Amino acid sequence: MSKANASQSAPARQLLICCGTGCLANKAAAVAEALEAAIQAAGANAVVQPDALQLKRTGCNGFCENGPIVKIHPDDVSYYKVKPEHAEAIIASIGGEPYQALLYRGDDKQPVTRQQDNPFYAPQHKVALRNIGQIDPLAIEDYLTSGGYQALRKALAMPPARIIEEVIASGLRGRGGAGFPTGIKWQTCAGYQPTPKYVVCNGDEGDPGAFMDRSILEGDPHSVVEGLTIAALAIGAERGFFYIRDEYGLALHNVQAAIQAATAAGYLGDDILGSGRKLHLEIVRGGGAFVCGESTALMASIEGKVGEPRAKYVRSAERGLWDMPTVLNNVETLANIPYIIANGGAAYAKLGTEGSKGTKVFSLVGKVNRTGLVEVEMGATLRHLIYDIGGGIKRNRPFKAVQTGGPSGGCIPAEMLDLAVDFDSLTAKGAMMGSGGMIVMDDHDCMVEVARYYVNFLSEESCGKCTPCREGLRQMLRILTDITEGRGQQGDIELLERLANTIKDASLCALGKSAPNPVLSTIKHFRAEYEAHINEHSCPAGVCSALCVYTIAAESCTSCSACKRACPLGIISGEKGVPYSIDSERCIACGSCRDACRFDAVRPIKKERQVVAS
Amino acid sequence: METTVASPPAPAADSINDSLSPNDLAGLTAILAKYPAEKRFSLAILQDLQRQFNYIPEGAMQLVKEHVGTTVGQLYALATFYKALSLAPKGQHIIKLCDGTACHMRGANNLVGEVGRILNIAPGERTEDGLFSLELVNCVGSCALAPVLIIDETYYGKVTMEQLPSIINEYRQPTGGETDE
Repeated sequence: MSKANASQSAPARQLLICCGTGCLANKAAAVAEALEAAIQAAGANAVVQPDALQLKRTGCNGFCENGPIVKIHPDDVSYYKVKPEHAEAIIASIGGEPYQALLYRGDDKQPVTRQQDNPFYAPQHKVALRNIGQIDPLAIEDYLTSGGYQALRKALAMPPARIIEEVIASGLRGRGGAGFPTGIKWQTCAGYQPTPKYVVCNGDEGDPGAFMDRSILEGDPHSVVEGLTIAALAIGAERGFFYIRDEYGLALHNVQAAIQAATAAGYLGDDILGSGRKLHLEIVRGGGAFVCGESTALMASIEGKVGEPRAKYVRSAERGLWDMPTVLNNVETLANIPYIIANGGAAYAKLGTEGSKGTKVFSLVGKVNRTGLVEVEMGATLRHLIYDIGGGIKRNRPFKAVQTGGPSGGCIPAEMLDLAVDFDSLTAKGAMMGSGGMIVMDDHDCMVEVARYYVNFLSEESCGKCTPCREGLRQMLRILTDITEGRGQQGDIELLERLANTIKDASLCALGKSAPNPVLSTIKHFRAEYEAHINEHSCPAGVCSALCVYTIAAESCTSCSACKRACPLGIISGEKGVPYSIDSERCIACGSCRDACRFDAVRPIKKERQVVAS
Repeated sequence: METTVASPPAPAADSINDSLSPNDLAGLTAILAKYPAEKRFSLAILQDLQRQFNYIPEGAMQLVKEHVGTTVGQLYALATFYKALSLAPKGQHIIKLCDGTACHMRGANNLVGEVGRILNIAPGERTEDGLFSLELVNCVGSCALAPVLIIDETYYGKVTMEQLPSIINEYRQPTGGETDE
């Protein structure tokens, strides 16, 4: 991919095409080829000569829903939803008026030319994502041009204790979920004598709804390699591992390429930049087990064992991989390290809140108008994230809750929209930062079903070592399934609470300890919804298909036929001028028609109760 | 250890390998040759086997065991613990439906039912002709495109039920699953 020759001066203009996984799924590769062809075709007649144009395939810009994204530098023009057939028009427009049809149109429908004026990007503050979308992840020279490996040079000249001091001063806390102070972790490990020591990058991102680590590994792998190398210098490790999910093909490829390029350039290997220090990095592919995101399980997996967590009476910093002192950090944490060393811990600590410094990457998904990857200062409010950056709830529906922190996080209700998000505020509300997944829900989401979904996920992913987690989650799942299918009983809520507390108290690892969070937080904030399911056999959100069917309110129906086209069973009938109707006998309550209706005419009604076999 | 691996299967006494064709054995030998004889490579070797054979053939376990110096029991523990590994053969094309939170919210379960109807299989099963396996996977990190369907390595975003038959049909062509639109 990278044909750039470092010895030549860079062409005056760059065409940056986003080739993150999201844009690739939207055919970004074909767009890139079409652009290349269009550049050649324009040839000598072009206003801008082909040799003055460089096409660059970058990592994820985070605004995947509007991909493929093409940016032109230095003109500062961003195009969205680009298709191959637009290539000619884009090339022809270079140096002149931007091609209007592909500009982003914000809430006021006015075209936005520059990325930094786009309402999705404008409020963001990028540190961990600083290079992504700007550089070709496969070109080490791109990373070097943007200041890459300068922090490593600086760190090589610092005594390890000074490196650690900077990281402590930055206030950086682990971005993988637990929020443990990174500098303290390094200091603890550096204090232990036995060698060899190891550094590990945790890229086993498994939280449903979170994809920041993937994006960083794909789009800026060198920043993580550099961060991990600095960690190794700080603690005195000479070997390190990347543990990356096997499903993340592009991330695996790009990290492998980064390790090779960095080794060839002398930033890794037996003699880092002539300092006599050495570090060898290798990649271990995850086997598809959520629990391997837990640090001790991950280390067991690297050792070639079944990925079960162990009790942490002794921390990994003392006895980790192969029982040797080990520092394990998350991808996003490590991506922050070069910035901290280059700019100083104090500069980083200026960002964020009292207890949570710096920025955090969130994946904002669900029922928001603008979904994607966003990086903001710690302490931003949920309202800012969801309404300013996310552009509010789809179709202006009411906001109901946001689920943060992955499957073991919690749901935060609308009353708390003004909560400033940091590690401590979320934990205080029964949710957690987790890895930064933010799933926004509207009034069409049933909170009991949400809880059931997460417990189902967790019970499948429980490694089975601790009985309360293994068996307790299964029982919770059984009860929740009963409730969502109309077989709930009096006392179920209390039983769920008791089970939840036992699992919390009696599981070894954080997965078990936090597994009941989705249930406890939904019971706490949405108890009435549980009660409606149990007492009235109704699902107020109209989601639980055993409890409701849909009907079309004749007075609101404009007979536009959107519902009919959406219905997977083809059981909606009607014609122009006559309100449509649904065959309620055959309706499976999938909700497709309700999502399609722009007039709120499709409404759930309680299903006539039948004897449900258990 | 290398010699044991490279040598052809013994005529009668060693019956363990007889489920592997000479071709399969060559593939297995090539995989083992990539990894030093250390126990920590057990998972990586099994992942490569999975990729090559679409499952972990029983006959292969013995040779992996000898190569890395572990026990067959430990290899089985890995093969049953990690979701990426399977002891039963999988289809030529693996259809993964993401049931992560975002996809779930945007109707992934409807897609599961529809794919099941088209292929007459449930998640975790393989079609009779061995062409497709259907799997429900947890979040694949493409939430902005929810609901997401992946066939082999190709991602399909914002998939609707109407699109499913034509997407699946692309993989029924004799040429295989090229999707260059």
